[in-house]
Amino acid sequence: MATVETTIAGASRRQSLLANEWVRFAVRRLGILVLSMWLLVTFAFGMIHLIPGDPVRAALGFNADPALVAARRAELGLDQGLLTQYWTYLGQLLHGDLGTSLQSRLPVSQVISDRLPNTLALAGITFVVTLLIAVPLGVGMAILTQHGRRRGTELGYTSGAMVLSAIPEFLLAVVLVYLFAVKFQLLPIAGRAGFSSFILPVAAMTLGSAAAISRIVRVEMLSVLGQDFVRTAAAKRLRPHRIYLRHALPNAMTATLTLSGLLLSSLVAATVLVENIFAWPGLGPTMVSSILSKDFPMVRAIVLVYGGLVLLINLVVDIVLAIVDPRSAIRKA
Amino acid sequence: MSAANDHVDASVDSTAKDAAPSSGKPVSGRRSRLAMLFATPVGIAAITADLLVILLAVFGPIIWGTRAETNDFDNLDSGPISGHPFGTDKLGRDILARVLVAARLSIGLALSATLIGIVVGVLIGTMANLAGRRLSRVFSTFIGIAVAFPGLLLALFFAVIFGAGPTGAVLALGAAMAPGFARLTQTLSASVVGRDFVSAAKVLGVSRLRVLTRHVVPNIAEPLIVNATLAAGSCLLAFAGLSFLGLGVQLPSYDWGRMLAEGLNAIYTNPMAALGPALAIVLSGLAFNLTGELGAQLAGRRTTRGRRRQRGAADGSDDQRAPGAGGLPAAADTPSSDAVLVVRNLRVSVRTDGGTIEPVRGVDLTVRAGEAVGIVGESGSGKSLTALSIAGLTHEPLEVTADELWFDELDLRSAIGRRGRAQLGTSLSLVFQDPMSSLNPTMRVGDQLAEVATEHQHLSWKNARERAVSRLRDVRIAAPGRRARQLPHEWSGGMRQRAMIGMGLMGEPKLLIADEPTTALDVTVQQQVLELLESTKQQSGAALLLISHDLSVVSSVCDRVVVMYAGRIVEELPTADLEHARHPYTKALLRAVPSMDTPREEPLATIAGRPPDPASLPVGCPFAPRCPRADDRCRVEPALLPVAGRRALGLAACHHPHLDPVSESGVSIVDISKVGAPGIGETR
Repeated sequence: MATVETTIAGASRRQSLLANEWVRFAVRRLGILVLSMWLLVTFAFGMIHLIPGDPVRAALGFNADPALVAARRAELGLDQGLLTQYWTYLGQLLHGDLGTSLQSRLPVSQVISDRLPNTLALAGITFVVTLLIAVPLGVGMAILTQHGRRRGTELGYTSGAMVLSAIPEFLLAVVLVYLFAVKFQLLPIAGRAGFSSFILPVAAMTLGSAAAISRIVRVEMLSVLGQDFVRTAAAKRLRPHRIYLRHALPNAMTATLTLSGLLLSSLVAATVLVENIFAWPGLGPTMVSSILSKDFPMVRAIVLVYGGLVLLINLVVDIVLAIVDPRSAIRKA
Repeated sequence: MSAANDHVDASVDSTAKDAAPSSGKPVSGRRSRLAMLFATPVGIAAITADLLVILLAVFGPIIWGTRAETNDFDNLDSGPISGHPFGTDKLGRDILARVLVAARLSIGLALSATLIGIVVGVLIGTMANLAGRRLSRVFSTFIGIAVAFPGLLLALFFAVIFGAGPTGAVLALGAAMAPGFARLTQTLSASVVGRDFVSAAKVLGVSRLRVLTRHVVPNIAEPLIVNATLAAGSCLLAFAGLSFLGLGVQLPSYDWGRMLAEGLNAIYTNPMAALGPALAIVLSGLAFNLTGELGAQLAGRRTTRGRRRQRGAADGSDDQRAPGAGGLPAAADTPSSDAVLVVRNLRVSVRTDGGTIEPVRGVDLTVRAGEAVGIVGESGSGKSLTALSIAGLTHEPLEVTADELWFDELDLRSAIGRRGRAQLGTSLSLVFQDPMSSLNPTMRVGDQLAEVATEHQHLSWKNARERAVSRLRDVRIAAPGRRARQLPHEWSGGMRQRAMIGMGLMGEPKLLIADEPTTALDVTVQQQVLELLESTKQQSGAALLLISHDLSVVSSVCDRVVVMYAGRIVEELPTADLEHARHPYTKALLRAVPSMDTPREEPLATIAGRPPDPASLPVGCPFAPRCPRADDRCRVEPALLPVAGRRALGLAACHHPHLDPVSESGVSIVDISKVGAPGIGETR
């Protein structure tokens, strides 16, 4: 904390270099991205080598035919030196070659391009729906309960939101399946077929995160509403909606955006469970089955895809934050 | 898996925030905060639930172990029937018994993962702080990157290395949690390391390790415990998720996640097979989460409560009406027709648990057009609250009442309609104490001025912006066109305060209320802002109501001075007559202002004692305990009455006013022409 503050103070002293701050921000942010990418790629590579004992024997069983084991070792490149393997791997990666799935014998890149869009659609829709519920709800609850008004509403809302956000997606999914697919049979139980099949998985992932995010939006909004510049806006006798939406909301957005980024990357992970429950044709079921069958090229590619997605989301969030919040650019430079 | 990471992240952020302001307190004070958990009914319930869950984990398999393995071949895959409240699985085993038995594995594994996460995280976090500066930057960069990755990837990673099973799952969740705890530890311990007592320990040559164990760890323990509880809850859920996917506990062992996966397959025949374990997961997860949340909230609330209490004390107030309080007579100067502001018997009250407190107790005030009136008083005298309630900017729980409250023929006591709003917005302007926080940090300064004209005068944004630039020029901002497009953080404090004044000039101001406008500024800038206020007043013809604790500031700008003490006006007199002040409190204030003649070798005069405690205001004159002239008569509240002076007529609320310009006590009276805070006098 202390070091962060001294750098802030130092940065504001060097404010004359304002034009440079964007450059420095870009360089710094790109540096972090490259470093994280390299770590991710190397981790994905190292995974198979960290398996205690022989990974191929572990996958094929201890009584497997030695010829088959040797062939598989050659296929995975494990018969070569570690450095050679690393370089080959990096080269193939640059050409978009992710190898062949040991389970399905299909090119890994083809499996990914078949299944990733379904996962992205699910995560994307959930993200939008979550924010559409959470932000207005949080802002509205902040306005309704500011200055300690409506204690009852506040208590009901916070405890309800707390319980809802403490229930993980996959449990909500089970309950939703039971209610809407088994008991009342209103919605399809699994698979992806048209709009109605989105409702249950999206609802399962939205409810908890919308509750959690709206709580934080409310707290942020309340703290902004208590600040002096809101009093200045009130002294200007602006209409309430202008005070709330033009003056307070943008200042509450920094935290909301940061959280949304966290939400989006956690949604990527949440899809794994929810897809498995709803037999959604995304990457989630593939991931589980390839781990269980020790399909190393597939697992490695999935690690790269999920990790890459998260890095990309973080990058976008940081850039958006730097643009939206003028102070954060300085904070980071 | 995913849940573990993001839950920890979110709680880390909130708790770090909660804990930060309070972490300056000594260790002993912070312990009791966790103990406060036991003082609330919800806290007791949460802890009881935690204990029940742990007891279940310990004794569940002992009690229900055999029952869970007994096959009832008459009832395979059955729904709830007598003897099997949750039904049976496909081998005829009782699901309720299995849920109870599975508690040990579910909770045990989750707690082990949490423990791994905490130990690894705390180690990395403290290493990051205790290492050299370079190394600690590298550490924080890596912690930052690690925190950004979802726990899912780590779960994948460990599942591949150790194969699908409990070992891999425990390590994965522990590893997923470690970065969050590392960052929390780093943030918290950095703030502890920066604190005085640690610096003192370092100066005394205490070793790093001892600093860590003796000072740092005890001070960060509480937020860590709170977060650990939250993490244990999310870990329980995440582990269930992994087992549910088949990446955690493997058959024939079973935990709740495993049972959930089996139950889901049988959801059409026996929904309880899925809902039973789901219920167990949610309830035990909630128990931990609730404890953690409560702990975090208590940590936060304690500090805000303390702050509120302080502020309440500063506002000054009483809980009972002193005799004669309601009977303040109208001021001697009858409200003339050119009055721009008329206030009669203004009262501000707060209802608290201990009764109603009244920080402002019947203020009468008239400001004529073009006049400059100053309100002076110590902090807690109610002067700022008076200004805010006149402007209608107070909010609950403050309650404002007045017999009369007129601004420019607008009755401010009744609801203000659309036209009234426009009238107020253009003719009543305010300048606040802290220019650094009075402007919206995400909006261009020019637009913040222009907004007044677009809102109330139907100007287009283009024209409004032009007017804003010209007003900024009026308040002597250099290069106003360029400056108007900047954001407040690019402006200095003095410039921002001018922008606030310029904002008040966007309409046709009739009254400018400035609440401690120079307190937050440098001494040299103070004088510039005061001069600007004065010239603005003269050029626009607006009246000025200047609130300050500094008598020299008020006397240099204002025509008339109103002195407040404990929520009341104690004296009102023309500035020129200040040296003939009648009230002992005004006299004391005057003596406390250093002048050019003040002997340097003597300590500066102060007013002995403190303003009265708002909770127990003395019967009678609130200044009596500090007043050298007080006697038994002062036990009766004095009224604000006209007092004849040598020159102009003034008002004083005192039974023993100073009637002679030369004080009886022999203290020389400050020559007001020489009064001025050090620095201000010189810069003129």
